[in-house]
Amino acid sequence: MKDRFNLYRFASPATFYPLAGKMIPWFVALAVVFGLAGLYLGMLVAPTDFQQGEGYRIIFIHVPASWMSMFIYLVMAFWAAIGLAFNTRLSGMMAQALAPTGALMAFLSLWTGALWGKPMWGTWWVWDARLTSELILLFLYIGYMALTAAIDDQRRADKAGGLLLLVGVVNIPIIYFSVKWWNTLHQGSSVNLTKSSMAETMLWGMLLMALCFWMYSIAVALMRARTIMLERERHTDWAKALLAGEGA
Amino acid sequence: MKSRHKKLALIGGALAVIGIIAALVLNALNSNIALYISPTDVAAGKAPQGKVFRIGGLVKEGSLQRQADGVTIAFVVTDTAKDIAVHYKGILPDLFKEGKGVVAQGKMTAEGSFTASEVLAKHDENYMPPEAAKAVDDAQKAATKHVSPSSVSQPKASY
Repeated sequence: MKDRFNLYRFASPATFYPLAGKMIPWFVALAVVFGLAGLYLGMLVAPTDFQQGEGYRIIFIHVPASWMSMFIYLVMAFWAAIGLAFNTRLSGMMAQALAPTGALMAFLSLWTGALWGKPMWGTWWVWDARLTSELILLFLYIGYMALTAAIDDQRRADKAGGLLLLVGVVNIPIIYFSVKWWNTLHQGSSVNLTKSSMAETMLWGMLLMALCFWMYSIAVALMRARTIMLERERHTDWAKALLAGEGA
Repeated sequence: MKSRHKKLALIGGALAVIGIIAALVLNALNSNIALYISPTDVAAGKAPQGKVFRIGGLVKEGSLQRQADGVTIAFVVTDTAKDIAVHYKGILPDLFKEGKGVVAQGKMTAEGSFTASEVLAKHDENYMPPEAAKAVDDAQKAATKHVSPSSVSQPKASY
């Protein structure tokens, strides 16, 4: 058992906790750098849009938040699958650490979308497939947090939450392809892996902001994971040693 | 090790089943999920009779008429195959323009026109500076202008 594959070492909270602590400042710094660069490009360099004028600039928050809201859910579902299949302690903690950030991103996506929709489309909200499926995503996040908080036994909470996450994962392709599959008020995607229908500086501003959101999400998720770890593992030797050391 | 793989396969299978169920349900609800129907659908009798629904398409070029009061508006929604005349009283969104996308909610009248209670603008996914938009526009106009039998045979360098 001594020479197990190295990757498993990081699945142990005792190893993960100090490592995450060392990584957090780097992700925070990267988030600040990417954020400043993205905002500079987006707000000052990128040109005015031919039909939406200056109002389109909310895209630099709206699109990164929307991407992040979908991606975080996929990561949580991945951890849920790992947790259910391999019974690892860490996976439930990771999913739980990501949930509030995912919910925040879904909320930001809906909120900035409403602020954008009113002046451009003429309405804050419309029940089209894109907007409705994103709202369902927000409810999935809130539902997951409520469900895991409502069950006292941590292992059972993780299992129930994991099941909810896995069932809800069908919603992600629905959100992404909704504008292709149905008539929606929301326009189609401007950017995918192979093409973009945006001016180059606009696109770069958006990608930098997306990187900023990534780094921010990783940093806060790691912070939250550390707190959850200490709380759940407070009866173990490593946590006791750590807490005793910090108290002194 | 074996039970882990079994569990993983079980999760994969369950996900596939959920995916298929979702696809079937969404397929069955297809017409309810669509936000609007096109003028062609209306012409084919797919519009609900005497009920509020939404139509969507492009505002036909040259069809927009404003009454003197400024809020009574008439225009034509087209999907380039069929047209529908729309009457509306109210404020239009800023992006409402001839040749651009529109989604209108309302009812069909007995005369076959559409009385809207709400008009929304649907814009496309292109973002570019005005100069670029103008260049694209000019290029398109030039392209349509030069498509004639005489110009096709001419070498490009001549103009």
